[in-house]
Amino acid sequence: MIVIGVVSIGGMAMERVHAPEATASLRDLSPDVPLLDVEGATKFFGPVKALVNGSITMFAGEAHALLGENGAGKSTLVKILAGVHQADGGHVRINGEPVHFSNPIAAREAGISVIYQEPTLFPDLTIAENIFMGRHPLRSGKRIDRAEMMRRADEVFARLGVPLSPGRLARGLSVADQQIVEIAKAISFNAKIIIMDEPTAALTDVEVQRLFDVVKTLRGEGAGVMFISHRLEEVFEMCQRVTIMRDGAFVRTAPIEEITIDDVIFSMVGRDIVSLYGEHQRSPGAEVLAVEHLTREGVFTDVSFRVRAGEIVALAGLVGAGRTEVARGIFGIDKVDAGSVSVGGVKLKGGSPLQAMSAGMGFVPEDRRQQGLVMEMSIDSNAALASITSLSRFGIIRKSSERKLASEWAARLQLKFGRFANPVMTLSGGNQQKVVLAKWLARKPRLLIIDEPTRGIDIGTKSEVHRLLGELVEQGIAVLMISSEMPEVLGVADRILVLHEGRLVAEFARDEADEASIMRAAAGQMKGEAR
Amino acid sequence: MTTLEANALPELVEEPRTLQSSLRAAVRWETGLVVLFVVSLIYGWSVTPYFLNMETFFFAGLNFGEVAIMALPMTLIIITGEIDLSVASMLGLSASTLGYLFTHGWNIWLAMGVCLLVGIAGGALNGVLVTRLGLPSIAVTIGTLTLYRGLALIVLGSNTAVGFPAWTNKLSLPIGGTHVAYDFAIFVVLAVIFGVALHMTPLGRSIYAIGLQPETAYFSGIRVKRIKFLLYVVSGFLCAFAGILYTFQQASSASDTGLGLELNVVAIALFGGVSIFGGRGTIIGVVLSVAVFASLQSSLTGINVSAQAQSIVTGCLLLLSVLIPNGIEMTARARARLRHRAVQEA
Repeated sequence: MIVIGVVSIGGMAMERVHAPEATASLRDLSPDVPLLDVEGATKFFGPVKALVNGSITMFAGEAHALLGENGAGKSTLVKILAGVHQADGGHVRINGEPVHFSNPIAAREAGISVIYQEPTLFPDLTIAENIFMGRHPLRSGKRIDRAEMMRRADEVFARLGVPLSPGRLARGLSVADQQIVEIAKAISFNAKIIIMDEPTAALTDVEVQRLFDVVKTLRGEGAGVMFISHRLEEVFEMCQRVTIMRDGAFVRTAPIEEITIDDVIFSMVGRDIVSLYGEHQRSPGAEVLAVEHLTREGVFTDVSFRVRAGEIVALAGLVGAGRTEVARGIFGIDKVDAGSVSVGGVKLKGGSPLQAMSAGMGFVPEDRRQQGLVMEMSIDSNAALASITSLSRFGIIRKSSERKLASEWAARLQLKFGRFANPVMTLSGGNQQKVVLAKWLARKPRLLIIDEPTRGIDIGTKSEVHRLLGELVEQGIAVLMISSEMPEVLGVADRILVLHEGRLVAEFARDEADEASIMRAAAGQMKGEAR
Repeated sequence: MTTLEANALPELVEEPRTLQSSLRAAVRWETGLVVLFVVSLIYGWSVTPYFLNMETFFFAGLNFGEVAIMALPMTLIIITGEIDLSVASMLGLSASTLGYLFTHGWNIWLAMGVCLLVGIAGGALNGVLVTRLGLPSIAVTIGTLTLYRGLALIVLGSNTAVGFPAWTNKLSLPIGGTHVAYDFAIFVVLAVIFGVALHMTPLGRSIYAIGLQPETAYFSGIRVKRIKFLLYVVSGFLCAFAGILYTFQQASSASDTGLGLELNVVAIALFGGVSIFGGRGTIIGVVLSVAVFASLQSSLTGINVSAQAQSIVTGCLLLLSVLIPNGIEMTARARARLRHRAVQEA
């Protein structure tokens, strides 16, 4: 799966791709009333605006691409349509009728089916049983009518033109076949709106082609197919129109023949990265972290790099390239099989976070709720969690010291909170992240590892966190940052290391880095260069 | 906006404490237990006039001492999200070992020392299986529940060991000049130690963190496995100790000593407000729970309710202690939903 946002299209040719058969037929297929019409849908998670203005109009017989960076609000919109989330505002209409889904079953009954990237079939049941799960055809005595079930499953596959045997167990089916089974399931529900979330990410070229054929069949039967993908060539090959979202809001909808890949990218990014982060020039000091030939069998291999005091080094790469795993290895959470980690020239024995912490490391993990905070504990206890021993006298925690630590860092980080005794889960995502930062900064670390520093944080707090990172390195702390957001990587880091399939494949200085070259390296296109 | 310059700090203000928040803080499980304790005292006094005298107090302490002692390490273990169901079998194994060694001519002190070592070893075995092999504690300790009871049977067979030194008899009498049972006094001292450890030390803080968010605890440098292991060892040790007390009180030991007591131990912890899902509970709650159980049992015995019928009361209290917090949470959620809907419609 390609997740580096905009970057996922960085490596491809930037000229227009023509969709051969798509254009002419569109007007004929679309009646006046759209099949699906979403207007101004909003969704808030606490103070975080996941969706500000979700709008999309889809006609029967249309394949419609929904595009945007990570965090643009695509998934939230899809989850509203799937009945998983309920919108806080806006309208959803199907064939002109307003609808509201309080749960996924309601959405399915209204004719919406979502096919997720990772299909969820019951592996020990047959394909036919999976398709008709929960509504098997019955004969007298409430017994499942197996023959009827097989016949109807056969019929669906014949319609799709896919030779799958309904009697086969789902276990061992390829991802592509599993998707087909999900599509068959959708059809058997008479779904009119089929939403595919990154369906081609795990497919081979042949399988992608087969999927396109199936989509064509669905369109021919009057269904609308919503297609979410980072692979723009496929979008231009398969879809008739595209809708682009950015920062939770609708940007534009255009017929495919009136837009180029460049237009799409510009609409998706829509901002000037340098102006957002400002220019900065840093002069790093002594080496703080030295990673030598770090290897964890099957996860990452022979990773060596250094981080100096007063610089921010970013680890970039696709999801699954092993970025977080390398960080965990450095911090002693996972055991490594070979290689070494030194802090300030002293080799760590490794194997436990405690070791790394006493050497002066701090680790702000990716998953705030599971790894960074104890959600039900108070704000001050969370801030003090990593320094609790030093806040005790004769083995008894001094509550006053704990409170002092919390209030000092709350003030420095501009924490917005009610009372220190409140559980940390009452805070917004951004303020929770500040508590995690406080927890580590209170230990006065020499090196801070920070994994996805601004995930799930509103834009305002995001830039506060970025400024904070800048201030930290000015004070001589070394920062190793992992981020999937390319603007963040390019805007914040002084050096960028790129991982591909567990190996370091490239290193860029701040002024020589751009999205396209990082993306090329992350996709494994420049092995042996640049290092 | 963010600044690390300490001298440029803005004034930091906590929200004021409101009457509502103070009231809400007062409504907690422990408050309910205090009320229940008072009610059970009044009930006991109303059915048997002899209820509110020191004899009752002494016997209640004598009856509940061992279970209460075992409930303390159990509380800590449950807060970390684990459980130890082998406690009563450990007590039985300790009692049997003591009986065997003493009747085979061992010095009583030496025999007691061996019992405590057996307890430590038993606890360590539980701890190793749970932390090193990562097995679920409920399965491990059901296994050792049977294992330790089986060992007790091998050690002592169907014999009953009697004839312990005369001084051990004192343990079944009140502490000189008072009406306090020895094991009750020991429980109170231990409860204070456990209360301080759980609520005021880094260890206690770690125990809560482990129960609430084990990964965060580990990522914060807390030695999750070591702490869990330590708690199992402490539990084994105190159960063995309780086994010695029990033997001296009864002036005899058999392989079935303390059979089935583990359920009472768990019941007392849960009724004290310790969450079976980990992360929540207080020592004061467990102490109050012991008081309620003891008082109820005394009054029921006072009106000649049979032991079997009393177990029904225990069972109901246990169910209530699980049902009530769930019920409260469900009502809270329903109210939040209603509020949300009202806001939307407004």
